[in-house]
Amino acid sequence: MASLETLAKREEKKRKFESGHSLCSGCGLPIAVRTILNSTDGPVVASNATGCLEVATSRFPTSAWNIPWIHNAFENAAATISGAESAYRSMKKKGKIDKDVNFLAFAGDGGTYDIGFQSLSGALERGHDFTYVTLDNGAYMNTGIQRSSATPKGASTTTAPAGEEKYGKQEKRKNLTEIVAAHEIPYVGQASISHLQDLADKAEKAIHRDGPAFLNVLSTCQLGWRIPPKDSVKVAQKGVDTCFWPLYEVDEGEHNITYEPKEKLPIKEWLEPQKRFAALFKTGNEEVIEEIQEDVDEDWEKLQAKAS
Amino acid sequence: MAEFELKKYDEIPIGGVITGGATPELNKTGDWRSERPIWDEDTCIQCLQCWVNCPDASFEISEEEIQGIDYEHCKGCGICAEICPVDAITMKPEGEGSEDE
Repeated sequence: MASLETLAKREEKKRKFESGHSLCSGCGLPIAVRTILNSTDGPVVASNATGCLEVATSRFPTSAWNIPWIHNAFENAAATISGAESAYRSMKKKGKIDKDVNFLAFAGDGGTYDIGFQSLSGALERGHDFTYVTLDNGAYMNTGIQRSSATPKGASTTTAPAGEEKYGKQEKRKNLTEIVAAHEIPYVGQASISHLQDLADKAEKAIHRDGPAFLNVLSTCQLGWRIPPKDSVKVAQKGVDTCFWPLYEVDEGEHNITYEPKEKLPIKEWLEPQKRFAALFKTGNEEVIEEIQEDVDEDWEKLQAKAS
Repeated sequence: MAEFELKKYDEIPIGGVITGGATPELNKTGDWRSERPIWDEDTCIQCLQCWVNCPDASFEISEEEIQGIDYEHCKGCGICAEICPVDAITMKPEGEGSEDE
């Protein structure tokens, strides 16, 4: 697997993702995108669903992409890249192209968990050779922090706000990594921007595997999570160390946990620095934190059982 | 904000395609910054954590070693200073403590 030095060498050779984009200061998305693009040496073609990443990196006439990149719509990043990959296979068969090209799709949690889910599921089932990357920051941040089915229980969003009656979103988030794994595709990985070597290793495996692969990457949003920009990476680290966001992969159907926290931290340590969870710390909501802790413990035990 | 010539309606490429690749020169985001990271070369152990964790790809590298910071694009988020294991990066308010401007 590629070390940080190898990733740096690749970026020195070609900056596939450039500075000069308009993503917020301290945004987690470009950290993940650069690491993923540097995890392979070969040519890459990417599609991008609507979202912060798409809007802020392709404001006409500016672009942050030094790779062939296309935005189509919110719901069809996977369908668009399926088409590009099929055209490539056909051209290769006819001898019109001889390069080995890798295909990537980038989307946020809204573009994957909700709006783009059917096109993703279809592309996985058809078995296109591509890697789909979800950059999960847990809400529709681009349009102003509306809840998605990736929003964690207890988070306050503009469509599930904390107020006098409710503490924020009432429902537990969807476990998309497991839903995608149920498609029985060759490779599924769950990673975080706090563990970039782990992300690079998973991206390398995903990109070079024949057939569809999927990465679900926890990415921070300083605006929606209400954290200082400088704490971006450290807060993501808490998500991993509390086992809210375990790092693991499903490689040819086998679950492997790729990072075990030295000490599993209580969920409070993940919730407290983020002001989107502030209402949970008001008197009367103690049991909600307990419920969230129970959910996390249960999911972690289930995952450990699958990995053993 | 860098200047660029506005195109007329019939000069815009079909589909709004940007044909020349990335355009960092058109979007100099360094003017977003209120605090600037100061990198101390002598303390730095070249672990590359700041480089890999930078959302704005603003650590200049050569031969896999940090050479300096691209202040034209660094937005001053401060992740590098938080993440540095040897405190080789400190955040200073803009206009203070910068030697190069």
